[in-house]
Amino acid sequence: MKTIVIDPVTRIEGHAKITIRLDDEGGVADTRFHVTQFRGFEKFTEGRPYYEMPSITARICGICPISHLLASVKACDAIMAIKPPPAAAKLRELLHCGQITQSHALSFFLLSGPDIVLGFDSDPATRNMVGLIDKYPDIAKDGIALRKFGQQVIALLAGERIHPSWTVPGGVNSPLKASVRDEILAGLPAAKKIAKSGLALLKRAVDDFEEEMTAFGSMATMHAGLVDRNGDLQLYDGDLRFVSANGEIAVDRMTGADYQQYIGEATVPDSFLKAPYFKPLGYPEGAYRVGPLARLNVAARCATEESDKEFFEYHQRFGKTPQSTFLYHYARLIELLYALERMEALLNDPIILDRHVRAQAGVNALEGIGMVEAPRGVLLHHYKVNEDGAIVWANLIVATGHNNIAISRNVKECATHYISGKKITDGMLNRVQGVLRAYDPCLSCSTHASNSYALDVRLLDTDGSVLDSRRT
Amino acid sequence: MTKARLATMWLDGCSGCHMSLLDLDEALIPISQRVQIVYGPLVDPREYPEGVDVALVEGAVGTEEDIEKMRMVRERTRILVALGDCAVTSNVAGMRNPFKLKDIFNRAYVENADVNKNPPSDPALPVLLRHAVPLHDVVKVDLHVPGCPPSAETIGFVVTELLEGRIPDLRTRTRFG
Repeated sequence: MKTIVIDPVTRIEGHAKITIRLDDEGGVADTRFHVTQFRGFEKFTEGRPYYEMPSITARICGICPISHLLASVKACDAIMAIKPPPAAAKLRELLHCGQITQSHALSFFLLSGPDIVLGFDSDPATRNMVGLIDKYPDIAKDGIALRKFGQQVIALLAGERIHPSWTVPGGVNSPLKASVRDEILAGLPAAKKIAKSGLALLKRAVDDFEEEMTAFGSMATMHAGLVDRNGDLQLYDGDLRFVSANGEIAVDRMTGADYQQYIGEATVPDSFLKAPYFKPLGYPEGAYRVGPLARLNVAARCATEESDKEFFEYHQRFGKTPQSTFLYHYARLIELLYALERMEALLNDPIILDRHVRAQAGVNALEGIGMVEAPRGVLLHHYKVNEDGAIVWANLIVATGHNNIAISRNVKECATHYISGKKITDGMLNRVQGVLRAYDPCLSCSTHASNSYALDVRLLDTDGSVLDSRRT
Repeated sequence: MTKARLATMWLDGCSGCHMSLLDLDEALIPISQRVQIVYGPLVDPREYPEGVDVALVEGAVGTEEDIEKMRMVRERTRILVALGDCAVTSNVAGMRNPFKLKDIFNRAYVENADVNKNPPSDPALPVLLRHAVPLHDVVKVDLHVPGCPPSAETIGFVVTELLEGRIPDLRTRTRFG
């Protein structure tokens, strides 16, 4: 038996490692996906006052700190047993749209863009953001500009681009100024134009990646995502819907408070990332996916004009419940457009300028659960506090965790498709990593952080001796 | 013009410092013309090369693997920068330090799990240090850049000053938090 180790996987947000075991004929016998660092937020937050949780847990992730802030303030709202004023809920959603924009732009244009635009087989020395700036400056500049717009929305609302402290238990800590509203509105047309050109680029590319469409994984799984009471896409609020592999609703209107009834967590012996599963089906049969692909599979529609046009075209082309992992990219771009349109709708709602933006209360419940759609999928924060409001226990289920079982299976599908064992090529292994990049995994979120990024692939014999190696 | 060789590293941190680097936005374009990013999460697979001019390191040192890696980085790098509060003081990464590792693992993998209630222990996973420590506990650091995260302007100033061959004076350019 021979083993290939891809350590670490590159151009993803976090540190992961893939092990591929080959059988005697050189075919893939087994693969393993490991997440390799652990941070311990669920324990070390013990004793902290609940109102510190938003700013502490934002530090789980510098890419989607807003998601953690929002899940956390929602859990705190529940501990205070209050509902934020209507304007505050809308402002939080607006902030979230800024984050979806910057995170999706980063994923598509700057992390996966080099594979899609320069090619999976292109020179690894320039297959990155800088290579994209050199060869396709317009696409790179678009990516930088769209990410910047999302970050600016966050900074305009919350004062800082990364780890701001504007969202608080009970609402937000200052109302929106009309001048800020107008500034964001003024930037929207250019941002939408970029989102649409990204979408057009990907739609053309899908035809060029016919093989990857299947090879990146097309095994059917369940899907989960938030929807509102009409079944429309929701990113900030709403209840969780699970659909079966053929798109039938399995569970609807699951509130955060009921998550333990439907979501179980399995510890994986060779990864620091746990594997949540759909409890009624057990582990690992209850595998489900979250994130852009899943959200567009559970929602009846996006409910904004232009994104709906794209949504229906997408489903017409790929069916009711597309399963191809490569389509995460496509779904992500439709969501980008949705986030921008949603921003516009929120800003044009007169209540957005209302000055009542924060409800005050103390500890009125000893437990609180907050649930939002992070860019990569459903995020849950669950806290228990004592009468003084000090945290006594916490559980966090992050987006990439939900996808753990599916990612592991897809890595195997992809490796089996491309790797024959006789010769290791860079393009082959880049595609296996491409599976992970499609999920846009956020492994720093997974209570882990990354180490370094090099690719060291070794073909080992059963005794561990190196038969072939490749460093790029 | 020979391009300066820049590397970035991400240890036990949240990636926020790397995101702040990306927050240089379009200013990244002229910088990318003056430097070659020879290693880091934003570029493709590479062994950490010899002869790196500047390494920006985000995050605290949390595992035995981090220590080995940083010793190697130190040997191959001229100017090593601790980027952000986790690298400078261990910050959020160090919040686990008052707790026993066993208790931290039990919370995540035994109490908060329904299936396979055992902490992962495969040899494929790195061994956690008893405490997450700042970078300067492990290797000599040439420049400390505090902030959670340091602002894009600060990072841009650091990089351009280093490119000019000067060690940046950060006294007026950083603040707490």
